Amino acid sequence: MIALLLVAVLLGAWQLYASEGPVDDLILPSPSEIATALWEDRSLLWSNFLVTAQEVAFGIVAALLVGFACATALHFWRPLRRATYPLLVASQAVPIVIVAPLLIVWLGFGMAPKIAIIALICFFPIVVTTLDALGRVDRDTIRLLRTLDASRWSAFRFAEAPAALPAALSGAKIAVAVAVIGAVFAEYSGSSEGLGHLILQAIPQLETARAWAAVVVLAGFAVALFYALDVAQRRLLPWTTNERTS
Amino acid sequence: MQSTSSPASASAPAAERQGIRVDSVTRRYGAVTAVSDLSLTVAPGEVVAVVGPSGCGKSTLLALVCGLETADAGTVAADPAALMPQRDLLLPWASALDNAALPLRLRGAGRREARAAAHPVLAEFGLAGFEKARPGELSGGMRQRVAFLRTLLAGKPVLCLDEPFAALDAIARADMQRWLADALAREPRTVLLVTHDVEEAVLLGDRVVVMSPRPGRVVADLPVDVPRPRVATDPAVVALRARALQALAGEGAA
Repeated sequence: MIALLLVAVLLGAWQLYASEGPVDDLILPSPSEIATALWEDRSLLWSNFLVTAQEVAFGIVAALLVGFACATALHFWRPLRRATYPLLVASQAVPIVIVAPLLIVWLGFGMAPKIAIIALICFFPIVVTTLDALGRVDRDTIRLLRTLDASRWSAFRFAEAPAALPAALSGAKIAVAVAVIGAVFAEYSGSSEGLGHLILQAIPQLETARAWAAVVVLAGFAVALFYALDVAQRRLLPWTTNERTS
Repeated sequence: MQSTSSPASASAPAAERQGIRVDSVTRRYGAVTAVSDLSLTVAPGEVVAVVGPSGCGKSTLLALVCGLETADAGTVAADPAALMPQRDLLLPWASALDNAALPLRLRGAGRREARAAAHPVLAEFGLAGFEKARPGELSGGMRQRVAFLRTLLAGKPVLCLDEPFAALDAIARADMQRWLADALAREPRTVLLVTHDVEEAVLLGDRVVVMSPRPGRVVADLPVDVPRPRVATDPAVVALRARALQALAGEGAA
């Protein structure tokens, strides 16, 4: 309720400043102009949204698969972990703005480099949360499985992997916001469609309201994706929420 | 003194069983000596209850018997043993049925096969209708029953029970003690039951073994010659309880 009120006040102030204030419409469009652009450009926004949404969805899924697999490998083999963990952290320090054009050169102009860039960004939080969860599985549970003659692999399959799944999804939730930024960067670096591409085109054409409309769609998408993952977590892994309530 | 001498339904024939033989065992953790010169024998099919003050190395004894730890001195020889830990340690994402069937799956059975084998046992132990419930939806007593079933389905001739009912309230505990006595009458096994509840030890054990404070040694070994089913108010039970408490208080063996 208070959140809604706050948004209304902020939007009102913005509207007033944009329409009555000294700034030009081309620099700062008012919320009503953005809303008009949202409606008038809806088919343009929608078709570009579908492209970006696909990139982000595939990117996150790829990051989840690769991230979980990597975390598992690092968990099973400690020397590998010691050797590559610093590298993993370093990979996060490389600015995506620099890597993105390179990936476009390597992987071409299509969907592949975008998915790769998004996966690269999302990969890290997923690996870290998953690896933490794998390491934090109750030692007593592992001991118990040993008395039940469990092999190292079945201990992983029956106890560690299911315990780490919620963490992997939490990592993906953290990654969602940056995934959307990553998609825009990837499209900036070379593309013919997508919301990032649309923004890049709209600004020199002085279609500022359209660029803002695209930003609104992107933000809405990030929020929707976050809650979708939240729902998925609850649906697929109900024990994580059940336990707290019962 | 052996009231449950019928052969257990686990793998090896009873003739080849040795039960548990712990001989002058010492186990240290760094500077702490958990058990020192501990000797204890459990015959196949016998139920031995071990009582002792907190931290006297009871859990260490079970870990040694289950082969989770090795002795620093002395020898431990025991038939294959399954452990029922103090906390139930059920897998929170798996149903009661799948939790009970876990040892079967770990030995390579398929999901369907393991469930089919565990299903009738679950019903037999009063968990019919709760097969699909996750541990979070079960009461404390039910969770302990599932954990006990998991231990039973491991198919080992020896069961090591580590304070199985410590987390339950008094009423649920009394229920579970009756239930466990029934279950063991039906499925006899060699049992090493660790508890800090002297009454529980007298109600369930063929023998009650009293351990000293750390480093743990056996200070008393009391046979319980009371016919089953036993009740806590039976004068023989009360007398034994008093003797065990005396031994615990350090006034020497009976």
